[in-house]
Formats: sequence, structure tokens, C-alpha cells
Amino acid sequence: MTSITDPPQASFRLSMLINDTRYRSLTFQFIALILLILFMGWLANNAAQNLEDLGQDISYEFLGDPAGYDINQKPIPFSSQDTHMRASVVGLMNTLIVAFLGCITATVLGVAAGVLRLSNNWIVAKLMSFYVEIFRNVPVLIWILIIFSIMTFALPQPRAFRGDDAQASMLFDAVAFTNRGVFVPRPIWGDGSMVVVATFILSIAAIFFYRRYAKKLLFETGRLLPMGWPSLAILVLPTLLMFYIMGRPITLEYPELGGFNFTGGIQVRGSLIALWFALALYTGAFIAENVRAGIQAISKGQTEAAASLGLRPGRIMSLVILPQALRVIIPPLISQYLNLTKNSSLAIAVGYMDITGTLGGITLNQTGRAIEAILLLMLFYLLVSLGISAIMNVYNNAVKLKER
Amino acid sequence: MAEPRTAAFVRHDQLPPSPPPAAETGVIKWLRENLFSSVLNSVLTLAALYCIYALLSGFLPWFFNGVWDAESVRDCNEQMGENRGGCFAAIEATWRQMVFGIYPNDIYWRPVTAFVLLWVAFAPVLFQAVPRKLLYFTLLYPFLAYWLVWGGTVLIPVLALLGLVVGYVVYSRLVDQSFAMGFLGGVLAAAIFWWLSGFITSNAGDVLALREVATRNIGGFMLNMILGVVCVSLSLPLGIVLALGRQSSMPIIKWICVIFIEFVRGVPLITLLFVANVVLAYFLPPGTNFDLILRVIIMITMFAGAYIAEVIRGGLAALPRGQYEAADSLGLDYAQSMRLIILPQALKISIPGIVNVAVGLFKDTTLVSVISMFDLVGIIRGPILASTEWNGVYWEVFGFAACLFFIICYGISQYSQWLERQLATDRR
Repeated sequence: MTSITDPPQASFRLSMLINDTRYRSLTFQFIALILLILFMGWLANNAAQNLEDLGQDISYEFLGDPAGYDINQKPIPFSSQDTHMRASVVGLMNTLIVAFLGCITATVLGVAAGVLRLSNNWIVAKLMSFYVEIFRNVPVLIWILIIFSIMTFALPQPRAFRGDDAQASMLFDAVAFTNRGVFVPRPIWGDGSMVVVATFILSIAAIFFYRRYAKKLLFETGRLLPMGWPSLAILVLPTLLMFYIMGRPITLEYPELGGFNFTGGIQVRGSLIALWFALALYTGAFIAENVRAGIQAISKGQTEAAASLGLRPGRIMSLVILPQALRVIIPPLISQYLNLTKNSSLAIAVGYMDITGTLGGITLNQTGRAIEAILLLMLFYLLVSLGISAIMNVYNNAVKLKER
Repeated sequence: MAEPRTAAFVRHDQLPPSPPPAAETGVIKWLRENLFSSVLNSVLTLAALYCIYALLSGFLPWFFNGVWDAESVRDCNEQMGENRGGCFAAIEATWRQMVFGIYPNDIYWRPVTAFVLLWVAFAPVLFQAVPRKLLYFTLLYPFLAYWLVWGGTVLIPVLALLGLVVGYVVYSRLVDQSFAMGFLGGVLAAAIFWWLSGFITSNAGDVLALREVATRNIGGFMLNMILGVVCVSLSLPLGIVLALGRQSSMPIIKWICVIFIEFVRGVPLITLLFVANVVLAYFLPPGTNFDLILRVIIMITMFAGAYIAEVIRGGLAALPRGQYEAADSLGLDYAQSMRLIILPQALKISIPGIVNVAVGLFKDTTLVSVISMFDLVGIIRGPILASTEWNGVYWEVFGFAACLFFIICYGISQYSQWLERQLATDRR
């Protein structure tokens, strides 16, 4: 009989740190860590040396100093006497505004173009692929500049609206397209307008509950309640009713030509419009491709299976195809939103005061605090990105195929 | 019996087939089926036709009324008179600036040669049918292109190339013992060689010297091409390393890579360019001052590397687990299994994604105009639109820029689709 003995327990030798796979990874990591620390230390040392030579320090006190510059597109009141901090917040809100508008417009454009590109209609399909290719293959910066030059040089001056035989006229007497921006009516929230708004929010919630109730009824009894027109009725009627009961509290302030420019209303600057539409058109082209890929990823068998169950085409789309396609579409869609938000930093090219233009532009140049300003700027974008990625992970886990 | 009688109303021969109804043939059928099959479809068709009409009715007169020969924008307007048209003379007058920046006029042949040779160098990488021998030229190309574009003595690129050769020779001697040793030995040998060759270049200055061109004179579309090609080529190895690092089982290495990738992907390229422009100088030893273009290349390479790393990570994840296990069971170590089994397959899967990143990156090179470098967009917004002659000619020059980018990017994406089809057939 032979007996198996344990292999002799070798004592630890130094060469095993290199040659033994059990310890080698530890050695590598240790070396990497040391190198990283040395590299960081080198950078920090250089920075300290350079700052000392220049007589500077790292401090964020400049955020409390008066900014001394004005911002033309401001969602909250701002004057040049306000602090750099407030200027950054205005910039931050401007970034979020253009990102929000851009994302919504890009989604609408992209979904429409993506679906239409798959249409049997030859002309429409070709037109859509023309749109997609031309916007996908030209840098977004060039699109921003092109649309900006349309807004600035192709639109009439405010004085063209003057007089009886004016060269330009306002759209519906309410919206004026001028080279100083687009003027749209501003809603004035009178007494009781909050009640109307509250009614509106409540009716949205009511639609949600109605739909849930209808679905429950369908699953339990098989009775199908109509969905479309009751939803619309719930959305519109109570709000309209409340609007007249409260005596029409919400009115519109129309822009009027006074002096050399329009007064009243909201002035949407050309730079915002250029940025908004360029980003929306550009990102929309990418979203169109994602939507097309998502729909094509669903095999034809799914449509046929649903049809053989006796579902009508509309229901096939909403119950079988879309839920599966959305699982493919949404993750790249969200990363497109992320790209749009990051691309909105190109605002600096057309002078739209987003956070890159305020904090990373004028504030940086005025105070000379390059490291601090750019660190804050990166931190902001990083937070937005990580936030959106977190949402995406939650969504991905929610729609993941529930496999047995 | 009498011979069979046939009634007058019985036919002997078959009727010839009658032609299908007019609505079921040719153009009309196609129109009915494709454009007017339902009410919604008809509305869409009409809307699309209107769109096309609106686009063409704006574009065609503008294009055909255009003036191709004029001194300045005022001259253009005088020649056009009442008709509104494009002032294409602006392109005629400024295309050299737009393509070459302020590169000296008399040596345009150098970047042009470099550009033509670029395609020769790319050919064996892009197409399998091209002889493999050309790959040696591809390896030679970066040094040749540097010499052609920047000029100076030929010694610098030649010695740089020789350093690489020395490094490779040492590496191939040592790699039999272990990959890490070969790699370190190669790097060390190359570094020593370069250090020694520094003495040669500083003493024997101008062997085969071409006229030197300062970096600030390199601009226009040429700068976009240089940045795009250099950064994509450099970011590939960086991306592979980062992707492997992110997949690594060593936690510290993995976290360094994850933090780097997520950080770079989370911030816009513009902020990284700001870093290159104003912040990077703080973090270098006092007194060092190197070219803005080099700083920009470092930043864009980092940016593209992070994106390529994510693409390659996708490719690595898509490989079946069995490939990794098969490599292990053959007794290959980590470097061998990656080099011989995993990466060739993973890279092949990730080619379309890499091409997408490359196109995106090429378009993003226009962002350097924001930190006042004179690339194509920068030179249009700066010298051209600010000049007294061409002040106000927006559409023509931006249209020209858009066309240049469209041609390259559309070409690359078409190539990528072709390649995808090629790769798909051999897997079937």
C-alpha cells in the first residue's frame, strides 16, 4: 500500500514573491500602489512648488467675492454685484435647463426618426436616413455654430417689426423671432392659480389610478375599459373647469415692441436656441439609431406569435414588441442623455452662460483660480454622470429578464 | 360515328393572359404599395415631399446663384445683385487656410505626401486582401509622418525608431523567461538607447534636414486629422490595458482602473482640454514647458482610452467563459493566454464599437478650438470670419467644414459596416 502524504510545507522564501502565483499578485499590487503614491506625490509636490513660486494657494474663498460680470440668460435674479458662487449656480441651472430641453426634444425627434426609418414608405425612410447620417457624421460644434448663425444673422432685427407695413410679423401675435432671441409670452400666476395647478397635478394622478383600476379589472374579469379618451378627459376637463371657476387666474404677458427691442414676455436667447436645437438634432440622430436597433432586435416571430394569439396590431406593439424593445433601447438612450448633458458644455462656443461659461470661463479668467474652478466643474459633471448611471442601473435591474 | 362536333361557342385554344390591371403593375403598383398604402402613409408621403421641396427650394437657388469668383464679400454682393446666393468665392479664397492652417505655402507637398502615405499605411490594417508585408511600412509610418510634417533632421525619427527596434530585440530575447521581464527589459533598453542618442542629435544637427515648421503653424483640417489619427492609435493600447486592468482579479489594480475610467467618462472633453490648457502646467516640474498640442494629445488620448476600454471590456465579457478556461487548461500564463487566445477574439468582437469611438473622437477634435487652437473650426471662427474680406460668410465656410467631416466620418462608418458583414460571414 502506498500512502499519500502531504507535500512538504516549503518555508516562505523571498523569491516566491515573484515566482509563486499565490504571492505574485500581491507583489504586483504593492508595486502598483507604491508607484501610484509616488506619482501622486510627485504631482502634489510639483503643484505645491509651482503655487509657492507664483505666490498662490488653494482656496475657495473666491466663491464669496462679487462676480463683477453679468449673465444675459438667467433663471434666477442675478446682478454683477452677486458672488461667484451665485454665478456658478446660475450657470448650473442654465446647464440643467438646456440639458432638460435637449433631452426631451432629442427623444421626440429620435423616436420619430427611428420608427419612420423602418417604415415601408420609401420616401420617408430615405428622408430619415438622410437626417440621421448628416447629423451623425458632422461634429456637434459645427451644428451649434451653424444654427447659432441662423439665429443671429438670418432672423430679422426687432425694428423690422415696427410700423404698419412691417417686414416681419409675430407668429399668432405672440411669438417674435428676432436676431436678439425669440420672445414668447410669459404666464402670470395670479391669485388662485395654485389651485388650478394643483388640480392639474391631481388629475395626472387620477389618470394613473384609472389606468391601474382598468388593468386590474381586465385581469380579474376580462372586461376591457376604454383607455384613450377617458384619460384625455380626466387630464383636460377638471383643470379647465377649475380655471374658469377661479376666474381665469393665469394670464399671458405678450411681448411688445418698445424702443429698440421687445419688452415683456420671456426672451429666449439665440445662443440657448442654437445649443438646444443643435444638441437635440445631433443626439436625436443617435437615438434614432438606438430605437431602430431596438425594434429590429425583436424577432419577427414575436409579432407573428402575438398575431396568432389574436391581438390587434396596436396591441401587438404596446403589449409585446415595445416592452421587449424598450429593454434594448433604454440603456443606450440614457447614455445618450449623458452625452447630451456633457456636450452642453459646448455652450461656451456661442456664449450661452452655462456652468462651463461661468465657473470654467469668466470666473476662472477673473480670479485665476484654475485648479479650484476646474475641480468644481469636473465634480459637477461627475455627480450628474454618476447620478444618471445610478438611475440606469436601477432601471436595468428592474427590466432584467427574470430567468428561472 | 360522326367525327366529334364542336359547338361554335366552345373554344379550342386558351385565351392569352390579359395584362394585369394598371394599378397593379410597374410604377403605379410601387407607388400604391410603398407610398400610398394607407391614409397615414399618404399623409407621411406628402409631408416628406413638402419637406424635400422646402429644403431644395431654399438650397438650389442659393447654390446656383452663388458667386465663385470674387475678391471679398462686398464684391460678392455686388455681383449677385437682387438674387440671393452663396458667396463660394470665400471657399475658393480660404480653403488653403482651412485645410492647412498657416503652414508655409511652398511646402504643402509635405503634409499632402504624409496624408497620401497615411492611406498606404492604413491599407493593410483595414483590408485583409492587402499584402501583409505592407505592415512594416505601417510601423515605419509614424516616424516618416512626423518628419514630413514637422521637418527638422531625419535623425530624430530614425533614432526614435531604432530605440523601439532595440527595445523589441531585447524583449524578444527575454520574453521566453517571462513576459514581465521581457517587457521591463525592452522598455529599459529603449530608454537607455534614447538617452544615449540624445547626444547624437544635439551634436550632429542637420542630417537630411527638412525645414522645421513650428507647431503653432500647424492648423486647419490637418490638425484635426493629426489629433484624430494620433489619439486613436495611442488610445488603443491604453484602452486594452485599462480594460484588462478592470477585469483583473487584483483589487487594487482593478480599482485604479475603474476610478480612472469612470472619472474620465464622467466629465466632458472640454474640461479635460481646460486641464491641458491651464491646469497641467501646475502639476509639472517648475520650468517644464512643452507644446500645447502634446498636452492636448495626452488629454484626448486619456479620454479616448477610457471609452475604448469600455468597448473592449464589452468584448472581453462577450467571450464565452470556456475560452478563458481552455487557455488555463493549456497551461498558458496570464500574458500568453491574453495575447494568444483572449485578446484576438475580444478585439474582433469590439471592432464596430472601437470604430464608433474613433469617429466620435475625430469629431470631438473640433473642441480644441475652444482652447483657442486653430483647427478647422478655430480657423473659421478666428481668422476667416474676423477678416475684413470674408466677414459674414457663414454658410459657405461652415458648409465646407461640415462636408470635410462628413466625407471622412461617413466613409469610416461605411467601412465599419462593411467590416461587420465580413466578420459576420466567416462566423456563420
